[in-house]
Amino acid sequence: MSATAEASKLLSRRVTCNSHGQESSYFLGWLEYERNPYHPLSNPSGIIQMGLAENQLSLDLLETWLADHPESTDFKKAADEAGSSSLFRDLALFQDYHGLPAFKQALADYMSELRGNKVSFDPKKLVITAGATSANEILAFCLADPGDAFLIPTPYYPGFDRDLKWRTGANIVPIHCSSSNGFRITRHALEQAYKHAVVKRKLRVKGVLVTNPSNPLGTTMSPDELRTLADFIEDKKSLHLICDEIYYGTSFLSPGSFISSIKQVVDGRPHLSDHVHIVCSLSKDLGLPGFRVGAIYSDNELVAAAATKMSSFGLVSSQTQHLLSAMLGDGDFRRSYTAENKRRLRERQRRLVEGLRNTGIECLESNAGLFCWVDMRHLLAKTGCFQAEMELWKKIVYDVGLNISPGSSCHCSEPGWFRLCFANMTEATLDLAMHRLRDFVERDEAIRRSHRRPPGPAIIARWVRRLSSKRRPLMQLSR
Amino acid sequence: MASGFQDEAAEHHLLSEMASNGGHGENNSLYFDGWKAYDRDPYHPTLNPHGIIQMGLAENQLCHDLMEEWIRNNPEASICTEEGVSCFKAVANFQDYHGLPFFREAVAKFMEKVRGGQVRFDPDRIVMSGGATGAQETLAFCLADPGDAFLIPVPYYPAFDRDFCWRTRARLLPIHCSSSNNFMITASALESAYQNAQKSNIRVKGILIVNPSNPLGTTIDKHSLQSLLRFANHRRIHLVCDEIFGGTVFGSTRFTSLSEALEADPSADRRLVHVVCSLSKDLGLPGFRVGVIYSYNDAVVACARKMSSFGMVSSQTQHFVGRMLADDDFTSKYLAENARRLRERHAVFAGGLRRVGIRCLEGNGGLFCWMDLRGLLKEATAEGEADLWRVIVGEVKLNVSPGSAFHCDEPGWFRICFANMDDETAERAVRRIRMFVEKKQMKKTMRWVDGLRLSLPRRFDLEDVALTPRLLSPQSPLVHATT
Repeated sequence: MSATAEASKLLSRRVTCNSHGQESSYFLGWLEYERNPYHPLSNPSGIIQMGLAENQLSLDLLETWLADHPESTDFKKAADEAGSSSLFRDLALFQDYHGLPAFKQALADYMSELRGNKVSFDPKKLVITAGATSANEILAFCLADPGDAFLIPTPYYPGFDRDLKWRTGANIVPIHCSSSNGFRITRHALEQAYKHAVVKRKLRVKGVLVTNPSNPLGTTMSPDELRTLADFIEDKKSLHLICDEIYYGTSFLSPGSFISSIKQVVDGRPHLSDHVHIVCSLSKDLGLPGFRVGAIYSDNELVAAAATKMSSFGLVSSQTQHLLSAMLGDGDFRRSYTAENKRRLRERQRRLVEGLRNTGIECLESNAGLFCWVDMRHLLAKTGCFQAEMELWKKIVYDVGLNISPGSSCHCSEPGWFRLCFANMTEATLDLAMHRLRDFVERDEAIRRSHRRPPGPAIIARWVRRLSSKRRPLMQLSR
Repeated sequence: MASGFQDEAAEHHLLSEMASNGGHGENNSLYFDGWKAYDRDPYHPTLNPHGIIQMGLAENQLCHDLMEEWIRNNPEASICTEEGVSCFKAVANFQDYHGLPFFREAVAKFMEKVRGGQVRFDPDRIVMSGGATGAQETLAFCLADPGDAFLIPVPYYPAFDRDFCWRTRARLLPIHCSSSNNFMITASALESAYQNAQKSNIRVKGILIVNPSNPLGTTIDKHSLQSLLRFANHRRIHLVCDEIFGGTVFGSTRFTSLSEALEADPSADRRLVHVVCSLSKDLGLPGFRVGVIYSYNDAVVACARKMSSFGMVSSQTQHFVGRMLADDDFTSKYLAENARRLRERHAVFAGGLRRVGIRCLEGNGGLFCWMDLRGLLKEATAEGEADLWRVIVGEVKLNVSPGSAFHCDEPGWFRICFANMDDETAERAVRRIRMFVEKKQMKKTMRWVDGLRLSLPRRFDLEDVALTPRLLSPQSPLVHATT
């Protein structure tokens, strides 16, 4: 037996398959970035990371809060109740999978407030998990047997392939959404997907998973869309609805406006409450992905009980729960942070949208998220197929030096769409990225034109002048 | 719960088979029943002096003062202090599943120190997990397909059934060990377990051992480790060693790690060897959820690292732990003092038990004793053991863990934890055991004396009521731990 064959036999199928999805272009782009990462001083021609949906815009606000409140979080503080208990010791020993009560209360309050207090979250129904990654996997384990399917609208976050399928053995069947209606979910698309799963692929469908606000679209669901979903699972009787609302706190509507939450719909239809489960996280709005804080909210006691036990495999560090219970427990700070964070996100999104528009590139109109869903169909080669999308993507990664995420990696059914992130970099870096893209588009346009007729000397001279004048601003931009 | 939408059987049907099958083990084991009993009636020196003392929780609470001192002297280790807050942004943003490099380096160094400097660990092989719980499950996912089995010596830690089998659908098959040779693993028991699996058409993917052993508190000698390695090599199966109690060895017999045995055998196939560590036992930090997989197999390292996305260590904790474990002076001092205090506490228990004629397996590590209460059984059966356990929990008010919960073949053995309480509570626990045993002995004598038609005074108090000023016993003001 060959060494590789023997190695495969020694290990489980999970090791040798690629359901973790890390062979996809989404992750390959990251690898390229890691090999050649942009830095304004040490590597100004490196690849700019626009494939990472992180929020780095408001960490200074959190840092300031910490600096102003050392006593809330400091281990040095000793409890002054009768006895010798110290905060450090209590946290060191605290491994209860029900989670720190103060933290859950603060998280529930935060979640309710983000939704304008139109709904109220009961801390007892929260299950704390190691990030939304773990939350989604746990729900898949709780709701689906191996081989069962979840319907997910496309395009969707590539990590769902790993989170819902890899170790659980579940399947994902796409609900095809189209640019013709802004990629909104329709009843028709739901029914098509369901039929395909049951009849064509002979799968048992256990639920629908939606992301609201959407990753990668950055759009939020209208009340009608949420009702359509609720109607669908009600009609199908035994389906679950998982609503991943991890980007909820990144919506940047005007103050006083709130996007709809599935909880509002469920509150109005209590008979559905056992079928609807919400996933949240602090990685996106608070920009704390390193802390690994996720949660499942479910009215279904059996699901919550099973999920709680499963959370043993990835509990949140008590040290972190304590820090966050103090930070999120500060109501004034919570509210001021949310308002300022949204303001910064809105501004940054506008900067990206305008920068793209100046290059003749439009985005799907969005009001949330840390990214835009960008229409580059007009830049594809004539064939306009997914191969053309890959070719364009490679050019943008290697020649332009931007790691963006191609729509195919998000299972989009139409080639030519890309996700570009805007909140994980400085303004200067974003401007540089736009600059590079504009140069590329103009060169590309010129090349296309030149295929129809050769460029005259005047055109060439203009090119040269433009290119050499743009090089100097590059130095200024990379500060 | 919804009313009128589904009946209860259908409610269960709404969930996966896994969510409803009780594979987490919490419904059917006396191990968890004992904790529940404790939660209902927890001992407290002033608020509930007649409550149940928790002796079913293998936690190390003896050395937090040392860490607290280190924290006071090293405020920059916390990203919440004035000295450390400048690291906050970078740390909070760091979600790379490779982990913070200085964290991995510090953990590797600490692991080397726990093993007396006898082996070297490569920081690039350190993979994070959600505690040892997460580590065990991840390894099972990497090494076994559904239906595959690991052989494991009995008695073993009850939650392995959950960690290795629940979501992975793998199996654990026993290697029978007996008190006749202090529960050591024999070649014949190992071979027999393997052959039984073959006969039942079950594919064996590996052997899981725990060293130092939970619940035995003993360490495996180098010779036995090498035999296990040879067996694994011969059968082309994995050898997984859970060494989470490595830093709790207090006896005179040195701790030999599997890595040391591996280094001494160049013919062994390293790709079959995997070690699990954690900071929950030696450092007493179960709340921080720091688990480590150290595999000598590159494909397993790569896969386990991807799987660590499901349970990474909080970057805040990586930062803190990384700084603490990089302090060489501190870790040396800590490990030495930890061993000394464990040795002392162990002596209090083992000695106290010996004085009333209760023998413990001679252990040199761990946070517990493996008590031989066979002499107190009314009948040498599982029911007899369960009856005795109910008396110990219900009347003596000690939550000890019965051997059946650990799949022990012989009734009458119990695990009693000693490191999760202060000195006063420890003494009280020993007193309660002493009084219980003496009462039982007196009852026996009474029956004998009754037989001789003589009468003797018979009043005994089970509880020593005279209380002296004490330290608080371990009650978290946060919430009681239930895991």
